[in-house]
Amino acid sequence: MTGPGAAAGLPSDRWRVWDTALWLAPVVAFFAFPGRLVLGSQVIITALFALSLDIILGHAGIVSLGHAAFFGLGAYTAGLLAAHGWGEPLSGLLCAGVVAGAAGFATSFLVVRGAALTQLMITLGVGLLLFEAANRASELTGGVDGLSDIAMWRLLGLFRFDLAGRVAYVYSLTVALVGFLVVRRVLCSPFGLSLRAIREGAVRMPALGVPVGRRLVAAFTLAAAIAGVAGGLLSQTTQFVGLDVLSFPRSAAVLIMLVLGGAGRLYGAFIGAALFMLMQDYLARLDAMYWQLWIGVLLVAVVLFGRGGVLGLAETARDRLRRPR
Amino acid sequence: MAYGSLLFVISVGMSVTLGLMRFINLAHGAFAMFGGYAAYVLVNRWGLSLFAALPVVLVAFAGIGAVLERLLYRRVSRSRPLDQVLFTIGLSFIATALATWLWGPSQKRITLPHALTGQVHLLGLDLGIYRLFLIAMVVAITASLYVLIERTRFGAQLRAAVDRPEAAAGLGIPVDRVFGISFALGTGLAAVGGALGADVLGLDPSFTFKYMVYFLLVVVVGGQGSIVGSAVAALVLGVCDVVGKYYVPSAGAFLIYALMVILLLVFPHGLIRRAR
Amino acid sequence: MSNSALLGRAIAAVALVGAASCSDKKSDEARPGSQEAPAAAGTIKIGMIAAFSGPFADIGKQMQGGIKAYFKQHGDTVAGRKIEILFRDTTGPAAEVARRLAQELVVQDKVDFLVGFGLTPEALAVAPIATEGKTPMIIMNAATSIITTKSPYIVRFSMTLPQVSAPLGEWAAKNGIKKVATLVADYGPGHDAEAAFTKSFTAGGGQVIDSVRSPLANPEFASYTQRIKDAHPDAVFVFVPAGEQSVAVMKSFQERGLTQAGIKIIATGDLIDDHMLATIGDVALGTTTTFHYSVAHDSPENKAFLAAYRDANGAEAGLPNFMSVAAYDGMAAIYEVARQLDGKLDPDKAMEILKHMSFTSPRGPISIDPDTRDIVQTVYLRRVEKVDGELRSVELSEFPKMKDPGK
Repeated sequence: MTGPGAAAGLPSDRWRVWDTALWLAPVVAFFAFPGRLVLGSQVIITALFALSLDIILGHAGIVSLGHAAFFGLGAYTAGLLAAHGWGEPLSGLLCAGVVAGAAGFATSFLVVRGAALTQLMITLGVGLLLFEAANRASELTGGVDGLSDIAMWRLLGLFRFDLAGRVAYVYSLTVALVGFLVVRRVLCSPFGLSLRAIREGAVRMPALGVPVGRRLVAAFTLAAAIAGVAGGLLSQTTQFVGLDVLSFPRSAAVLIMLVLGGAGRLYGAFIGAALFMLMQDYLARLDAMYWQLWIGVLLVAVVLFGRGGVLGLAETARDRLRRPR
Repeated sequence: MAYGSLLFVISVGMSVTLGLMRFINLAHGAFAMFGGYAAYVLVNRWGLSLFAALPVVLVAFAGIGAVLERLLYRRVSRSRPLDQVLFTIGLSFIATALATWLWGPSQKRITLPHALTGQVHLLGLDLGIYRLFLIAMVVAITASLYVLIERTRFGAQLRAAVDRPEAAAGLGIPVDRVFGISFALGTGLAAVGGALGADVLGLDPSFTFKYMVYFLLVVVVGGQGSIVGSAVAALVLGVCDVVGKYYVPSAGAFLIYALMVILLLVFPHGLIRRAR
Repeated sequence: MSNSALLGRAIAAVALVGAASCSDKKSDEARPGSQEAPAAAGTIKIGMIAAFSGPFADIGKQMQGGIKAYFKQHGDTVAGRKIEILFRDTTGPAAEVARRLAQELVVQDKVDFLVGFGLTPEALAVAPIATEGKTPMIIMNAATSIITTKSPYIVRFSMTLPQVSAPLGEWAAKNGIKKVATLVADYGPGHDAEAAFTKSFTAGGGQVIDSVRSPLANPEFASYTQRIKDAHPDAVFVFVPAGEQSVAVMKSFQERGLTQAGIKIIATGDLIDDHMLATIGDVALGTTTTFHYSVAHDSPENKAFLAAYRDANGAEAGLPNFMSVAAYDGMAAIYEVARQLDGKLDPDKAMEILKHMSFTSPRGPISIDPDTRDIVQTVYLRRVEKVDGELRSVELSEFPKMKDPGK
């Protein structure tokens, strides 16, 4: 029963000093690194995406290799809306979330039954199917060439998405914060706790009167909706939707990020995303081979030595430090 | 047809490890890839004929597999599926980086022995000789596997260990050693599959990831631990892929994935379930 | 909240900030082959965006090879200013990465030119950046027709699929080929090629009896090949992206014995590009293609280019191909602009000069069409033959001054 989430303790819903400190970091980054804001927005968006995966993976225990399907759906929804004339950002984002959530709801029935391996394959299959479908529907999606010509209107009627990416950054950060608060609220509620219980021992839950299937469906839908919002953010801030938003490498990457940072601990998603993307940016400039080698070694190391990712390691360290007392 | 049978050969090893050790080894394709590269080095650089290279590859990689199993895989064999997935994806990345470093990113071709090139006219169809050779090899391998598993003492031990490891251990079957040998065998087979298929499937460092999905597919749809299941799955998927592309080329890979999802939903434990 | 989470968050904050500052320092790191000059006012900065890793790594490498060849031949200074190239890897068809890299190059590195673009999505995503940042954008590979329409700052030095496919259709119709089956990769350039070939072929009286589109990342072609064979055309017209795919297609044709069955292989030069020809092998002999560059092109400029390429990249890098030439020519254009403006670069003036550019490239004479900002060049009809024991695309005839018929 070891593994991500098990030793994390129960999450708390209160806003503490440390939360402020942590959320201040990206604010500081905004002023400290004005030239890297585009990378920053993409890290934040990916972190939100990883957070959505945490709901089903870290808390409900469903292993998904196809979560990018919902990210991509959200991206295409927001993108298509803008490409066809409706460039209002916030409503576009809302639509993205709704469409992705609906798809998540529909898919959840396929996923919630079956053993871990079957779940893995079905989520993978759904992701691949959607990718192929988008590829085929190239009149709609632009196929491999992607959807461009996305013109976004001003945010709140006031702020134009500028070249340096300032508005995009603030927009993404705000949405991510809202998303984080929502997710934390949900996961700290009795609903969230029941998810954890289901992960630990689904067989026993009905005896406690918990409708396992329904809970999982709800969790999956929420995760899909938030992934969709993240996807919508990406297409709105980059004004482009490429086929890779739906791809298997993207699903695999977000899974890796989450585990690296520490699943089941909400901030794990942020740490993992930041670590992964910043290292990728840094290493890819040197030589892509180093990047592949590095990420491979890191993954192997995490599994062999550091269950629970970076945050898990931090906790273990803290426990060890405390023990001699 | 040849495509499907190649997938089968490479996946058989994975099915064994999956069923036996309950271990999801996504890096299995990496063994196939290195098998292909080994054949490339043996045939193109050292001048061996392909016929001679194949057994060398089989034995060499079986050995490598045995060593790896003991050193590395045993540590992870009891973890959760997620950890195994991540561990083996990590290994796949390392494998890809290694292959790029050793042989560069572009595709390599293995020089085929002259006897195997060209076509032969059989029953009104033009068949590639190499493809026939592949199918023949696969049939031979499958037959040998069948004999091994169903008719030998080792095979019986293996089956016992798969179905009930604790009971088997209680009966004095050296479960760990059986696992080790099976893993080695699976690895060797993957390498041979890679060597055979390098020409058909394309040998370059991204091989592992390109085909990862296909192997997983064959193994899971076929049913963990079931060789026959994998064979059937590979066949079904291979045939559907080919037929689909022939008649409806615009559908592309869509059919395969749709088929996979449907098959998984209808047979959640795989096509052929090993009775528990 | 538990203390563990506190500690975790502290580490996270530190890591985030630390990592961000770490990669920030590296933002000006240039690849080997260019100089890391301190950002003096005198340096002309060029941002090159392409895939240097992943499945399309060859594209970036070939382009980089061409650029290095140019530096080798002409040095890295023009009009008193040094030229610095910042290479950026998109790692594959990840358009948002391309766009982010372009944004950073324009906003932070303040590059004077954006060049490269191996794949169409990369170019399409970056186009708005070029417009808003007023940065001339030189396309060195991407071949879909519509790209140049996406921004007034785009000029293309590579080719377009309609440009090279249309003459082939014309030739085929006039040379005894009546029925053709087409096989193209299912994406922008593939559709362009199919449409252009079909148009000129049917205009010449030919008939397209079957058209097949294969997925872009398709690993093997057996079924498609069989289908084409069963249709019994006189020839098969093929377009797939140069590289892995072309090798796979040719292998498949060889196995199924297409040539033995009397089906000619006609294609754009992507199928048997010079860099891959040796890997494809003898099955390529006799393939008739139309294309804008062959290593066998007999001209002093080409000889100089081949020598410079070999010097700059070494023999293990293999032969250059059309991507290297386009990059080479792109650099020549930039040098010319700098010379004409005497080092004082202004985006609009630069575009004016680029739009009217014309010179002799290693491929032959090229110029830019001022109305479309797209390339005008000679398209050659070639056949693969053995020259001194090596496979080469030997030029047989030419179609001079071909524009992109797609516009």
